[in-house]
Amino acid sequence: MSTTHTQAHGHAHEHHDDHGPAKGFKRWLTTTNHKDIGTMYLVFSLVMFLVGGAMALVVRAELFMPGMQLVDPGFFNTMTTVHALIMVFGAVMPATVGLANWMIPLQIGAPDMALPRMNNFSFWLLVAAFSLLILSLFMPGGGPAAGWTLYPPLVLQTGDALPLAIFAIHLAGASSIMGAINIIVTIMNLRAPGMTLLKMPLFVWTWLITAYLLIAVMPVFAGAVTMLLTDHFFGTTFFAAAGGGDPVLYQHIFWFFGHPEVYIMILPAFGIVSEIIPTFSRKPLFGYDAMVYATASIAFLSFIVWAHHMFTVGMPLAGEMFFMLSTMLIAVPTGVKVFNWTATMWRGSISFEPPMLFALAFLFLFTIGGFSGLMMAIAPVDFQYHDTYFIVAHFHYVLVPGAVFAIMAGVYYWLPKWTGHMYDTKLANIHFWMSSIFVNVLFFPQHFLGLAGMPRRIPDYSTQFADWNMVSSIGAFGFGLSQLLFVYIIWKCAKGGAKASHEVWDDARVHGLEWTVPSPAPYHTFEEAPVVK
Amino acid sequence: MKMVKRAFAAGAALLLGASPAMAAWSDLNLRVGVTELSREIYDLHMLILWICVAIAVAVFGVMIYSIATFRKSKGAVPATFDHNTKAEVIWTVIPVLILVGMAIPAAKTLVKIDDMRGSELTIKVTGYQWKWQYEYVDQGVSFYSTLARSSDEARQLDSGVDPGSVDNYLLEVDNPLVVPQGKKVRVLITANDVIHAWWVPDFGMKKDAIPGYINEMWFRADEPGVYRGQCAELCGRDHGFMPIVVVVKPQAEYEAWLQEQQAARQAAATAAAQTAQASQQQVETVAALRVANAE
Repeated sequence: MSTTHTQAHGHAHEHHDDHGPAKGFKRWLTTTNHKDIGTMYLVFSLVMFLVGGAMALVVRAELFMPGMQLVDPGFFNTMTTVHALIMVFGAVMPATVGLANWMIPLQIGAPDMALPRMNNFSFWLLVAAFSLLILSLFMPGGGPAAGWTLYPPLVLQTGDALPLAIFAIHLAGASSIMGAINIIVTIMNLRAPGMTLLKMPLFVWTWLITAYLLIAVMPVFAGAVTMLLTDHFFGTTFFAAAGGGDPVLYQHIFWFFGHPEVYIMILPAFGIVSEIIPTFSRKPLFGYDAMVYATASIAFLSFIVWAHHMFTVGMPLAGEMFFMLSTMLIAVPTGVKVFNWTATMWRGSISFEPPMLFALAFLFLFTIGGFSGLMMAIAPVDFQYHDTYFIVAHFHYVLVPGAVFAIMAGVYYWLPKWTGHMYDTKLANIHFWMSSIFVNVLFFPQHFLGLAGMPRRIPDYSTQFADWNMVSSIGAFGFGLSQLLFVYIIWKCAKGGAKASHEVWDDARVHGLEWTVPSPAPYHTFEEAPVVK
Repeated sequence: MKMVKRAFAAGAALLLGASPAMAAWSDLNLRVGVTELSREIYDLHMLILWICVAIAVAVFGVMIYSIATFRKSKGAVPATFDHNTKAEVIWTVIPVLILVGMAIPAAKTLVKIDDMRGSELTIKVTGYQWKWQYEYVDQGVSFYSTLARSSDEARQLDSGVDPGSVDNYLLEVDNPLVVPQGKKVRVLITANDVIHAWWVPDFGMKKDAIPGYINEMWFRADEPGVYRGQCAELCGRDHGFMPIVVVVKPQAEYEAWLQEQQAARQAAATAAAQTAQASQQQVETVAALRVANAE
């Protein structure tokens, strides 16, 4: 420990030397560099994406045909539960945080994140959190199996996995809050001279708003799961009707967190797409101000729509009415975004490199998810849709070809900047087409299954649902295998490849400060702030 | 082997757009159902679906046109405009109008769903891990309803039974709920352990069964028949194995069934009383003998 300390101290004194990173494992353990930490977040998220994906494949393999062939129903529930927890908190969120770490300082002309040591801590907390969560799978009584929403009383029947899972959520939440604080402080204080708020790239804007959402709702979730913990171990009855508590209270608290959480995953994705479409349309983003205000409106609305996740709990009529109408309102700012992206392409000069392909797939498929979302906002109809595969289809459309495709678009957009090499675009195109085709084979039939009456979270089903489940499972395996190609493309690009220029893409310089620094971006950038006109 | 064959068939079907794609419209869309509410809900669903389709055709049309026309490879020269206030106002206001148009019929239906007045029969449904209990509150009839044995055997891990050979696999119970045709049935829903949800798609409604709460919903089934549904809220290991079967019978048949149930209940009660009486007598006899012996 003491040697590390003196070394770090020594470095501080030789500030003017152009020193690179420390060598070996210690570099990654103790780094405070935003690029290193961004890389670690992205690699972590990719690993979690594969782990969570493997769990989804267990689910889809069991659902391949009627009858129980592979796993016990209890283990099936563990797989759906942990798949969701890992994908939400371990894959999508850390991926967007990784992109924020890498790109926000580069986009606003800052030398690093404002709170670099906290940055390191928030990453390593995440590793601890997911070690605990994965450890919980091996506890007596099995892993968490009550669904990612952890509804009591069911979740209180969990065995020894419960405290581990809850502590994992606490750590992941603390990590997210620290990440959010860091992003807000960085954006508020470290912008280059001339970079006023309304000149910031959209990715920075969406992340600024996302960070506020995180700070607002992660403590709410932490409180909810802490109450679960005390109900289970210390005899409180927050959520137990027998002791004067209320199981529905948990759902209100959870979804007050849970709905903004949905936008925490999608707003940065909006930001990425808003960067990519102008670059490859060779035209400025249409309606920049409207995009910022639409993002802010979506964030505000996200706080007053939560109970649309629980239309069937038996709310009073006035409550159902309110949550139906407020939810429908979200369609307006979301529509503005889709129209503005479309108008950005209008009379542009479009080319179809891999980032643009993924952004376009996002545009079409996220919109499909938006339509099913609008349908579900209609409370009377949601009484039919609720807790069926229609819902599963909806949220996978907005999360996989929505958030995940946008993240992949971002990776293909900025990877040459990170590694200094152009990746194999031929392979990336194959990855794109395989992912786009299989994602639809996987999720589109789930709309039919839900409408026909198949509930979600069941390990086995009536034979009338057999055909579309088989199609969906084939899509799942195709999609899963395609992602191995993604890993290979990234690995190959990190190893070498054609040298990438400063700008990487045609005239990208006009689209952001990140394209003014060399590729790969040096370990330290913008030590002297650029001036933005 | 069979699995491989089926996979192959499904794959081929997928490529050729054959069997699953040709599945009946009813397998792809929401069920119309057999109650006034379910039909209204279906109509709402179709209304919104077609509105979404219309918007999709317009929006995706513009996107596809842009992608096809404004290509760099075709030598397209980019314009430089970055906003257009008139267009932005239009595409903010029009969606608001469409939403209002959707909200009005939706609100009407919601009010109707919430109107529990004038019910002619009240049934209390209690969810348990993993079965349902039905109580006819004013008729003194109550029973449990669990997954049929044939399905239960077939659904065990590696049971060796082909689910296709089981009638109504996973959607059959030992004791179905029986209700009269054309009567407004009020359902009181609660649970005794964890949260469940009672759902029969053909009746148009689902409602959570929550311990400590009594939720209510209603339906009036117009057609006699057998209607099947499932628990719709994750309730633990056997969540997928607690189906709901409702038999709707014409009034007379329903009454006959009810009397049969009441008679059976009466007989069971009498038998139980007799057993209790007999054992009481035995106890008394033994006590008397003991006293006699002691003397």
